[in-house]
Amino acid sequence: MGEFRFMQGNEAMTEGAIAAGARFYAGYPITPSSEVAETSSIRLPQVSGLYVQMEDEIGSMAALIGASAAGKKSYTATSGPGLSLMAENLGVAVMGEIPCVLIDVQRSGPSTGLATKPAQGDVLQARWGTHGDHSIIVLSPSSVQDCFDLMVQAFNYSEQYRTPVIFLSDEIIGHLREQVIIKSPEELEIIERNEPACDPADYRPYDHSEGLAPLSHFGSPYVFKVNGSMHDEWGRPCARPDNADAIIRHLSEKIEAHAEDIAITRKYNMDDAEIVLICYGGAARSALSAMKKAREKGIKAGVLQIVTLWPVPEKEIAEAMRQAKAVVVPELNLGQYIGEIAKRNPGNIPVRGVNRIDGQPIFPAQILEVIEEEAAK
Amino acid sequence: MIRDYLLEEKLPLFWCAGCGNGIVLQALLRNIDKRGFTRENTVITTGIGCWGKADDYVTTNSFHGTHGRALPFSTGIKLANPDLHVFTLMGDGDGITIGGNHLIHAARRNVDLVAILVNNLNYGMTGGQYSGTTPKHAITKTSPYGHVENGFDVCRVVQAAGAPFVARGTVFDVVQLDKLIGKAIDHKGFSFVEVISPCPTHFGRSNKLGDAPKMMQWIKDNTVSREKAANMTAEELRGKFVTGIFEEREQEDYGTAYQKVIDSLKGGDRA
Repeated sequence: MGEFRFMQGNEAMTEGAIAAGARFYAGYPITPSSEVAETSSIRLPQVSGLYVQMEDEIGSMAALIGASAAGKKSYTATSGPGLSLMAENLGVAVMGEIPCVLIDVQRSGPSTGLATKPAQGDVLQARWGTHGDHSIIVLSPSSVQDCFDLMVQAFNYSEQYRTPVIFLSDEIIGHLREQVIIKSPEELEIIERNEPACDPADYRPYDHSEGLAPLSHFGSPYVFKVNGSMHDEWGRPCARPDNADAIIRHLSEKIEAHAEDIAITRKYNMDDAEIVLICYGGAARSALSAMKKAREKGIKAGVLQIVTLWPVPEKEIAEAMRQAKAVVVPELNLGQYIGEIAKRNPGNIPVRGVNRIDGQPIFPAQILEVIEEEAAK
Repeated sequence: MIRDYLLEEKLPLFWCAGCGNGIVLQALLRNIDKRGFTRENTVITTGIGCWGKADDYVTTNSFHGTHGRALPFSTGIKLANPDLHVFTLMGDGDGITIGGNHLIHAARRNVDLVAILVNNLNYGMTGGQYSGTTPKHAITKTSPYGHVENGFDVCRVVQAAGAPFVARGTVFDVVQLDKLIGKAIDHKGFSFVEVISPCPTHFGRSNKLGDAPKMMQWIKDNTVSREKAANMTAEELRGKFVTGIFEEREQEDYGTAYQKVIDSLKGGDRA
């Protein structure tokens, strides 16, 4: 049985990572994510894991990927400025198809911005932050329970799809304290790395002709090469145009083709909803509250919460839009995800953003105002 | 057999005629072979640059990451699996220029791995621009009127940062190079070897140092042993490559120290 605890979102992420089997953390402290580092430095050695504080976020991301290639489930935590530095080696994890989990507790930007205040300004950077075509999985928690449960899911996706996963939290959720159930191991489904079982001489870590190739780890009988350059099925450098084409398509397809399996969404009062709120992360809490207030006023409002931001849960968004009279998208940015929703507009449904960029959370009243305007039309 | 560690189908080496990288790679593989390290328990990590292509030619595990970041990749690999023999190969652009921050912290952190920095005094791969080790007044593609900065003395930097083993050799004296790499491997902790190597294609041509054999002669003529250097003035040592072992002392490595922390907390795994 699980254990009821009262803790902070950042702390629950550490517990979630450890429950998922993570035993290596490399990072660089940054507000508002530092509690993940602090609690990891306490908890990891208790479970024979390892915490290392690197000289910067570039080195942190590198150490994380190295540790994963050597067989340890690995994670780091940062905020916007650190994500910018991690973007470089995030590409190595993408190209080398090395699982790892990167937590971004978003704060106001650009640059140092409002270092202690919440924002959701990294939504598109999480998707496109490292250069070159690729796909990536990004999950967005909206409660302390999510910080635990979804973290386990982040590691599972990471191993299952051989990809870095970005856990896109924000200051609201990172510093939120509420009740959480720390589930026991038997209550959790943990996906372990698909290690090869073939003759070591035949092992090709990048031969995806029969589904995603198994991934070994350094020190096993399976010798392998990780290469940030274009590579063949053994990981040896290969600059052939057809090979480069196939790799880039594979890096995208291995995730996009499974978008429906990866999609996590939550629906609240959606059965008869005419005004649909599509939201995520810290702003989803305000949206839920606004929806309840709207219902009290007799407005048929509903919420579609997007938990898997990337790949985009297209089916769920399209479905929600088909029934909507209007869609309202609250975000702590100038509208980074609303474009993804507008793209799936089946007709001329009004899609309205409610945006806040002053370092304060969106208040339910702000969202309610827009709901009422749309309901009155 | 050193050939067991060479990926022969990738030969010939892509390095220019007269480049010293092949000599360093051979010296490394001879030492790996001599100690009986297997392909399975060895990992060679590289950065980006001419020397960063070394992993292309080995049959061991390898990790070819990003420019200047080979050391943090190695740090993660070694800490995650202390049974591995981890070798980090960097050039001067890689190791001390873009990766300088990682280098000093790796020296201070003291993870048990071997780092070999091949210093050819310029960026070879990108066409011969100046790096953090290019000497003052040298001509490169981006210092066409003579370099106005001073280059790093890499070994002094690494020594000052706290590495327990620091040495410099050249590709001219292969016997010494073999010994230095061997001692670095046998030394527990962060062990650093800088190797002076010619780049006749770029640095040599730009500075009119002659063809490959002449550049080798140039390295020989400008090499001074540590013992001899001790009695020379700073003026006499300008432009010289001082070789030998600069630091060799016992110091508890990161993995051992951290394991003690883990052991002190034992009393049941609190998963």
